[in-house]
Amino acid sequence: MTSSTQSDPIIKIDQVSKTYPGDVQAVKNVSLEVHQGEFFALLGPSGCGKTTLLRMLAGFEIPNEGTIMIDGEDMTDVQPNARCVNMVFQSYAVFPHMTVAENVGYGLKVDRVKKKEIQERVAEALELVRLGDLGARMPDELSGGQRQRVALARALVKRPKVLLLDEPLSALDAKLREAMQMELVRLQKTVGITFIIVTHDQSEALSMANRIAVMEGGTVRQIATPEELYEDPNSRFVADFIGQINLFDGTAVASQTEEKVCATVEPFGTMEIWGETLGPVSLAIRPEKINIDIEKPTTSEHPMAQGTVTDIAYYGGYSNVFVDVAGTRIMAEVSNDTRIRSSTFERGTKVWISFNAEDALALGD
Amino acid sequence: MDSWRQHRSAFWAAFTAPTFWLVVFFLIPLSLLWLFSFGEKEGITGINITWTLKQYARALDPLYLGIFAKSLWMAFLTTLICLIIAFPVAIAIVFAPPKARLWLLLLIILPFWTNLLIRTYALIAVLRTRGQVNFGLEWMWEHANSFLTLVGLGSYNLLGADFEPLGMLYNNSAVLIGLVYVHLPFMVLPLYAALDRLDRSYMEASFDLGAGHIRTFRSIIIPLALPGIASGIVITFIPAMGSYLTPDLLGGTDSQMIANVIERQFKSANDWPFGAALSFILMYVTFFGLALRAVLSKREKMGGKAA
Repeated sequence: MTSSTQSDPIIKIDQVSKTYPGDVQAVKNVSLEVHQGEFFALLGPSGCGKTTLLRMLAGFEIPNEGTIMIDGEDMTDVQPNARCVNMVFQSYAVFPHMTVAENVGYGLKVDRVKKKEIQERVAEALELVRLGDLGARMPDELSGGQRQRVALARALVKRPKVLLLDEPLSALDAKLREAMQMELVRLQKTVGITFIIVTHDQSEALSMANRIAVMEGGTVRQIATPEELYEDPNSRFVADFIGQINLFDGTAVASQTEEKVCATVEPFGTMEIWGETLGPVSLAIRPEKINIDIEKPTTSEHPMAQGTVTDIAYYGGYSNVFVDVAGTRIMAEVSNDTRIRSSTFERGTKVWISFNAEDALALGD
Repeated sequence: MDSWRQHRSAFWAAFTAPTFWLVVFFLIPLSLLWLFSFGEKEGITGINITWTLKQYARALDPLYLGIFAKSLWMAFLTTLICLIIAFPVAIAIVFAPPKARLWLLLLIILPFWTNLLIRTYALIAVLRTRGQVNFGLEWMWEHANSFLTLVGLGSYNLLGADFEPLGMLYNNSAVLIGLVYVHLPFMVLPLYAALDRLDRSYMEASFDLGAGHIRTFRSIIIPLALPGIASGIVITFIPAMGSYLTPDLLGGTDSQMIANVIERQFKSANDWPFGAALSFILMYVTFFGLALRAVLSKREKMGGKAA
């Protein structure tokens, strides 16, 4: 992803807005760039405008304002059938009256590619999505996962510059979804085509994408790599949307250290943490970065507080322990990394909560 | 079904009335008519059931076969024209904004709220020599003429000395216009239902894959709307085939269809056995059409699987 950022973007969305009749503004002044070969995710809750943005890339919606450049060409008003992008639909939209091979070959037939070449490319595309021997099947004889592969092959066979995927995994069950995530990543590496995926599932975006744009209410809140989004969110919204996090209200004043502030947060007192927002802030810290001990920790420089365990949620590999500290609810993740654990927590256990101030962030809205 | 088995009395209560109605008002008269078709006229009112096939043999007379063929042809043309007109209409309704859609559907259904006879007379008023169509044509003729006068060509009578109204009534085209007008809703509604059910993403996928509107219409919309097209064709063709009022009121002497002949047998000719035989032939032809449709749709499904 570092090498690609130097080249010209394959997609350049510049100050794009989309308003629907009835004054519903789906996308507000969004600008972003996607580079050749990236696996880019548009992530956000439903109604955040991510699907509208994708549909504008495909040409199904025309922006009211702004421009969309695809591979250096202005494609803002170009019809969908004249764009060098292809889409995998949420419902897959595999034509029910055509065989798998006919489905995959449809786009080539429309382009008047020679019959022999169509056959070869269809076979190749079906091989790519591991449906090599199902070309003669009808869509109603396929499973959901297989139908999705047909939709993928049908889009990829056209060798688009960008492949658009609209919630491609939302209709699959959990096990299949995980397998398809890996499959999509493998496919993207194999074909080297830029993928843009729309999803509301943050784990999906984190595990597959090189870069993610987090959207909310029609605007982009942050564009970053998965690691940056998780460890260095730029706002309370992003921090809360990606993964789980503890947010404590407090106030921040300027500190001596660059890019840090002095935050005063109950029940931990005043500490110097990463952040640039001054005034009312939230101290944000991920549950796995909170230590939980029966004994008072000896590392005195860490912020700490004593509380009572109120709830434990067991997830197998880890447990989330909820601790009440003077009315504040704190979540700590405890790794279940041995079969037999020396210290277990129960409801009502008095425990000490502590964390390294380096792991905390001061975030504004 | 289980609950119906447990409550037999409820089942019978719900079942008896419609069964009674069907038997008394449909099956018994139909059976009588069927019997009549194997009978012979006796005196003025009597019918003697002799199990003769004479009436059916009479129906095979070239005169009647010709009228059957003509009815089939008129019904075919009606269905074809309805299909051609109804498809764009149905597509327009499906893609109209939801609010407008309701009004458009209402416009399609509205004629059903008016008696067929009144609608047909209204059509006569529009099509007759001193009707709205001819008035409109005359108006255009006059304006064209005064334009010609204006440019100095008035004395040549390029458009004829007088306006000659078109004779649009009492011929086969009048019947066809009437049949299309009457049966159009029967075609629009099933097509609308089929197109409305169609997932938009199929069309979007087709555009996305590079197809234009015509290609998408031909390769995606028509095949997927085929069940709707088939039911539209059936429910347009069958009533069009048996049309009576429209050819009677709008047609000339040579535009009668089979239903007019049947009517004459029962009324002026007072030949019920022959009328009954003709009715049953019409019904068998219709059944044959329905059976053909069922076979075709079945084969299409199986053919799809095998391909």
